[in-house]
Amino acid sequence: MRLMQWTRRGALGAAAGAALALGFAFPAVAQTPPGVLVVGQIAEPKSLDPAVDTAVNDFRILMNVYDGLVRYKSGTLEVEPALAKSWEISEDGTENTFHLRDGVKFHDGTDFDAEAVKFNFDRMLNEDHPFYDTGPFPLAFFFSAIETVEVVDPLTVKFTLNAPYAPFLSNLAYPTGLIVSPAAVREHGSDFGRNPSGTGPFRFVEWRSNEAVVVEKNPDYWDGAPPLDAVVFRPITDSNTRTAEMLAGGIDLMVEVPPVSLSEFQNTDDYTVHEQAGPHVWFLILNAKEGPFADKRVRQAANYAVNKKALVNDVLEGTAEVAAGPTPPAFAWAHNDDLEPYPYDPEKARELIAAAGAEGAELTFYVTEGGSGMLDPVAMGTAIQADLEAVGFDVKIETYEWNTFLGEVNPGLEGKADMAEMAWMTNDPDTLPFLTLRTEAWPENGGFNSGYYSNPEVDRLLEEARVATDQARRAELYKKMQVIVHEDAPWVFVANWKQNAVTSDAVKNFQLEPSFFLLLDDVVKN
Amino acid sequence: MGGYILKRLLSAIPVLLGITVIVFAIMTLIPGDPATAILGSYATPENVARINRELGLDKPVVQRYFIWLGNMLTGDFGTSFSLDRPVIDEVLERFNATLVLAGTSFVLCSFFGILAGVISAARQYGWADKAITFAVLLGISIPSFFLGMMMILIFAVRLQWLPVSGMYAIYGGGGLVDLISHLTMPAIALSVVATGVIARLSRSAMLEVLRQDFIRTARAKGVGERRVIWRHALRAAMVSIIPVLGIQAGFVLSGAVYIEIVFQWPGVGRMLVDAILTRDILLVQGGVVFVAACYVMFNIAVDVAQSLLDPRIRT
Repeated sequence: MRLMQWTRRGALGAAAGAALALGFAFPAVAQTPPGVLVVGQIAEPKSLDPAVDTAVNDFRILMNVYDGLVRYKSGTLEVEPALAKSWEISEDGTENTFHLRDGVKFHDGTDFDAEAVKFNFDRMLNEDHPFYDTGPFPLAFFFSAIETVEVVDPLTVKFTLNAPYAPFLSNLAYPTGLIVSPAAVREHGSDFGRNPSGTGPFRFVEWRSNEAVVVEKNPDYWDGAPPLDAVVFRPITDSNTRTAEMLAGGIDLMVEVPPVSLSEFQNTDDYTVHEQAGPHVWFLILNAKEGPFADKRVRQAANYAVNKKALVNDVLEGTAEVAAGPTPPAFAWAHNDDLEPYPYDPEKARELIAAAGAEGAELTFYVTEGGSGMLDPVAMGTAIQADLEAVGFDVKIETYEWNTFLGEVNPGLEGKADMAEMAWMTNDPDTLPFLTLRTEAWPENGGFNSGYYSNPEVDRLLEEARVATDQARRAELYKKMQVIVHEDAPWVFVANWKQNAVTSDAVKNFQLEPSFFLLLDDVVKN
Repeated sequence: MGGYILKRLLSAIPVLLGITVIVFAIMTLIPGDPATAILGSYATPENVARINRELGLDKPVVQRYFIWLGNMLTGDFGTSFSLDRPVIDEVLERFNATLVLAGTSFVLCSFFGILAGVISAARQYGWADKAITFAVLLGISIPSFFLGMMMILIFAVRLQWLPVSGMYAIYGGGGLVDLISHLTMPAIALSVVATGVIARLSRSAMLEVLRQDFIRTARAKGVGERRVIWRHALRAAMVSIIPVLGIQAGFVLSGAVYIEIVFQWPGVGRMLVDAILTRDILLVQGGVVFVAACYVMFNIAVDVAQSLLDPRIRT
């Protein structure tokens, strides 16, 4: 029996030790402090240098630390003044002169002026610039239209473009156009990304790798100091863990709530679920060059055959809306509201397929396992396969990991596949159609028109819209383009994603933006 | 002895070189490239070429391998482009976190595994044996990531006894107590399967020893049962238990990948998964080479220790 006595003593000891450890642990599970907002992010940021970053996840931090010359008006994708008070565009559209706000200082105490603006764009665009080596700057091509940046006087800066370029202003509102402190870049060189300094409502405090990025209130913010004392951005890659942290009170704000977890936060006063449709479109590229989809009727049939409502409501649990055409409704000024989504009509689809003689056609369908903006691509691919088989196609799915998938799809579908999933999120209505629908954008010309759609009228409308500086004229051209593309059906238009976020009941004045940026300068936490 | 250690160290060099070739080849051969991963939708051939040039990926493969190897020999593992910081800083920081997690789990599973094995062997077919055997079967059958998620739901979300994730509290964190509160759930979740395996093998190793003559002799001489079990039998059984512990150490280390993801533990496993998905070539290569080098050194240490106990191995 002595053995049992020993283990009993041992068990008692172990239990006491465990209780002690747990007892000590309790205080650590405190709620987040008042005035400090803890945000659950989806990944560790790459850098806090806006010229270097490309991911929405990193933009969420950047937009609170920096300002651009211009920004999107709250709740829209229309540009309004920020660090620039006003601007003029020359008659021919190539000279853009900005008048800068007076008295603005970077967080490091240096002045924001025209020299700083010039430094920012020269650093990204000019290979001979002494700080060009703080790159690479992957999205610098957003500003490749810039020929020169001139300092007219300390508060006036002039951009000369090599050709009129309508999306220039909205590109300036994009995070790549945020203005960094030249003094901080000179001091830290390529470590600037971990020692950022901007003019924004919050200033950088510390970055603990894989744990948190902490920023604090900038009391001298030119647009009024924010109510929050500090914001902590925590990277939590696994969405289930992020949900658990939200439920346990370890974070106050959670972005990108997985559809299956939404019900945890609905129908309760403890949380608020926020939703906002953004400039996102999820579609199927159809190979219009060869195979059954070379016939417009078969492409239209695919649009009728896919039950988009079921995809959006059942697979995506209402986290997206049915897309009507190539331009997301979030671009309110450029979106053609008369356009209706293709209805779900398998009968009509069968008729069109019969008319085209494509009954029983075999289709190869590229599906990705994940990827930026792709939502739930495997489940969606499977549901689409079932819909297409129901109208008589024989669909074979090939699944690829995201980067491999891009390597297969971007060079074009010819000889490989009939259709592929794709999603884009852009900041200007020009970007997506210009890069994916023009004849000039076929893969061999360096574009993303992987399905080889070609319509001279669409080409003409898009070329004209790109150089038109009058927004009303641009809107008219984009609306015409949408009607033609809808009819030609180079894609199956599937969904526009609604970004979501959950806040705890302590958080007030939070709202999601159609730009998908996270702006925290008005947020209050008790 | 010194000669033996030197010989083992020299023999590690071709192994490590082989590892560098394999990991470099894999990262070069897998489809998808870092520029596409960085640019996503904007990966035009023109942009890809520009990024590749700036990352130095436009040079011939063989040249790239020797540049990488040469830099590494001088201690320069390069810069991770997905994290924009030196690879070696990231790897050391992350490896440290993994060691804390895997080390704790290894201690837990060795201790409780052997304890359970010994008790159930000593009480063969008794209620304690049956209870332990059942618990062990249960433990082996539950996938560790599932157990981890269940523990989060119960102890962190419902009861709020322990924090959900991370290694230290964001506010007022730091210190051993904070670390232990964050470590408890992942360490337990990670050790459960290994505990079961060790318990099973310890039980059978003990049963075998307990049937031997010297145990009967000890009992006949009137040695107390507790002393027979813990001193005579366990010491003899350890000869077959120790190799199992060595294998389980490897399993715990590789199992840490899932647990690190579930509990957002900032370890090297999660780092490698993220790095592979973003095609962060230098981070993957540096991380794998570092972990492999540690593993090789660990094996040499084990061999040396064994040769100290059993001089026959040295020849």
